[in-house]
Amino acid sequence: MATLQLKNITKQFGDTKVIKGIDLDVNDREFVVFVGPSGCGKSTLMRMIAGLESASDGDILIDGKRMNEVGPADRGLAMVFQSYALYPHMTVEGNMGFSMRLAGVPKEERRAKVLEAAKILQLEPLLDRKPKALSGGQRQRVAIGRAIVRNPIIFLFDEPLSNLDAALRVQMRIELARLHEELDATMIYVTHDQIEAMTMADKIVVLHDGVVEQVGSPMALYHHPRNRFVAGFIGSPKMNFFSVEQQSIGDDGVTVRLPGGRPCTIPVAGEQLASDEALELGIRPEHLQLDENGPLSGQIKVLERLGGQNSLYVQMGELLITIMADGDVAYRVNDTVQFGLAAERAHLFDAQGLALESLSQHPLASLTRQDNRAATEPAAPGAQV
Amino acid sequence: MTTHRNSAPAHTRSLPIRQLVLTLLGWSIALIIFFPILWMVLTGFKTESAAIADPRFIFSPTLESYQEVQARSGYARFALNSIAVAFGSTFLALLIAIPSAYAMAFLPTKRTKGTLLWMLSTKMLPPVGVLVPIYLIFRDVGLLDTRTGLIIIYTLMNLPIVVWMLYTFFKDMPKDILEAGRMDGASTLQEVFFLLLPLTLPGIASTGLLSVILSWNEAFWSLNLTSSKAAPLTAYIASFSSPEGLFWAKLSAASTMAIAPILILGWMTQKQMVRGLTFGAVK
Ligand SMILES: Nc1ncnc2c1ncn2[C@@H]1O[C@H](COP(=O)(O)OP(=O)(O)O)[C@@H](O)[C@H]1O
Ligand SMILES: [Mg+2]
Repeated sequence: MATLQLKNITKQFGDTKVIKGIDLDVNDREFVVFVGPSGCGKSTLMRMIAGLESASDGDILIDGKRMNEVGPADRGLAMVFQSYALYPHMTVEGNMGFSMRLAGVPKEERRAKVLEAAKILQLEPLLDRKPKALSGGQRQRVAIGRAIVRNPIIFLFDEPLSNLDAALRVQMRIELARLHEELDATMIYVTHDQIEAMTMADKIVVLHDGVVEQVGSPMALYHHPRNRFVAGFIGSPKMNFFSVEQQSIGDDGVTVRLPGGRPCTIPVAGEQLASDEALELGIRPEHLQLDENGPLSGQIKVLERLGGQNSLYVQMGELLITIMADGDVAYRVNDTVQFGLAAERAHLFDAQGLALESLSQHPLASLTRQDNRAATEPAAPGAQV
Repeated sequence: MTTHRNSAPAHTRSLPIRQLVLTLLGWSIALIIFFPILWMVLTGFKTESAAIADPRFIFSPTLESYQEVQARSGYARFALNSIAVAFGSTFLALLIAIPSAYAMAFLPTKRTKGTLLWMLSTKMLPPVGVLVPIYLIFRDVGLLDTRTGLIIIYTLMNLPIVVWMLYTFFKDMPKDILEAGRMDGASTLQEVFFLLLPLTLPGIASTGLLSVILSWNEAFWSLNLTSSKAAPLTAYIASFSSPEGLFWAKLSAASTMAIAPILILGWMTQKQMVRGLTFGAVK
């Protein structure tokens, strides 16, 4: 069992408030990802959980016990640093066994535990090397190994993949997910990369400027962002936003006037809207379709052919709209195109940037990674028949 | 790729002339700096009359001065004092400076920069300004002409520089590594002994060497605070200049013997020194 609770945590450096009151529950064996732009306070929050930084206010509870005054080594956590922070003067074995050496564990026992962790991470042939004789990916694995050896109840990762090249990052992502299954541990992972968050998390915590913008499963954040910030941050390429005029509010949603004049009814609840409130519509590039009869039009400014798909950057009035389109269509720069939007996938944001609530939940929004597994594993044998 | 291959020889072709000029310049400066030492060493091997005659490089060397110097006063006693005082004060300075520099580098406060500057500013005061009070204190507590007294004075004298140097080396050390150690369960002492000291050893070694050299060569305090028992080699040299007038050859022989150990130490550790002084720059 390892749960973590944060209660109204704040952190102040001098006069600057970096963390402005965060509440969070992390469940046992959950893979929680803190995601947010650089400088939003992710590392600071994680360092407070680790005990490397004291909280200015609020409580940190691990398994229900207040940990604010407990030192980093006694919280039962292990941390993997962005820079790996390996001990350069020790071998891989020395690095991984350092915590046990400090704890006075006998040499044979130390070696056995190091070997066990090395096996999980395929580090056995490297045990006698110094960190400087390792590649980036290998150093990363040693850093993870050093954490595993400590047998922590919660793993903390601070942007562990950001120093790796793209291919290795994908590989390590998969490996970390596998490790999470294998170790059955609670993991907290910090990243500024929303793709890492989407692919690995059970639960994503979107941070912005020291506050939590939204907590939820990847699919919940994708389909039902709570506000404009989360909508823009989650998903790649970024969601498009443009202003629309309110026309009417009905049982089937809010009807707005799109740029170009055509009406469109978005299935969201609009009871609380003031009648003249300015609205912004958000729609993801993958939910815009090229359509000769579509309500919107613009001129292609940039065309990125990715093979299977084309990214079209279309000038619509003042705005550059991104559209993901079929890769086999031969559009050219400066062509004028008509396009439409999937109204049920569109989001409306009020003047404060808060999303109007959807009238129906997306069926995948409550899906977790555990559900992924439960749904596919028993189905697999049957599916082959 | 091809541009690389083409430009490489062009690059090396322009080098020799530049390099030649730079090498010549380097050697000239080194010779100018080294010349007095060379002249001193040469004079030590001359007879007393040759030493005051017209300067010349070619002469028949003799160990006469060395024998006389050796016969007159015990070099070994002074040398032992120098060793004890230089290494003792360096050890003590490091012992105090390592925790200080740790605190300043890893737990800085608003006033850390100011403290560092203030420490350095104490080096700007001419030592003679505090000679009388220190002399009186030393006399009253019985530290005059003792090794302990000199060690204390040298420690205080070198402490600002030692703290400063260690501070810069510690600051260059990635904080993450120490934090990783803390996560692994290291106490502050273990952090220092298992991680900080091994990783900044080149810097600490060069700091220590500098402190040894400064203490070894120090003359003002040793001449004023010691007379016979605790006198180091600087006092030994001085003893050849006074009563019977100047004897250049003997003075040179004594000086050569006084600086020889530190020169040899410096030469043996020059790699370490350079590595320490450029630590961080080449990391
Ligand atoms: N020790 C510190 N002293 C002062 N400000 C700090 C300190 N550590 C972090 N900050 C500030 O806190 C903010 C959040 O930093 P950080 O948690 O590292 O962001 P992130 O990891 O999300 O990029 C930044 O604006 C940073 O400048
Ligand atoms: Mg960070």
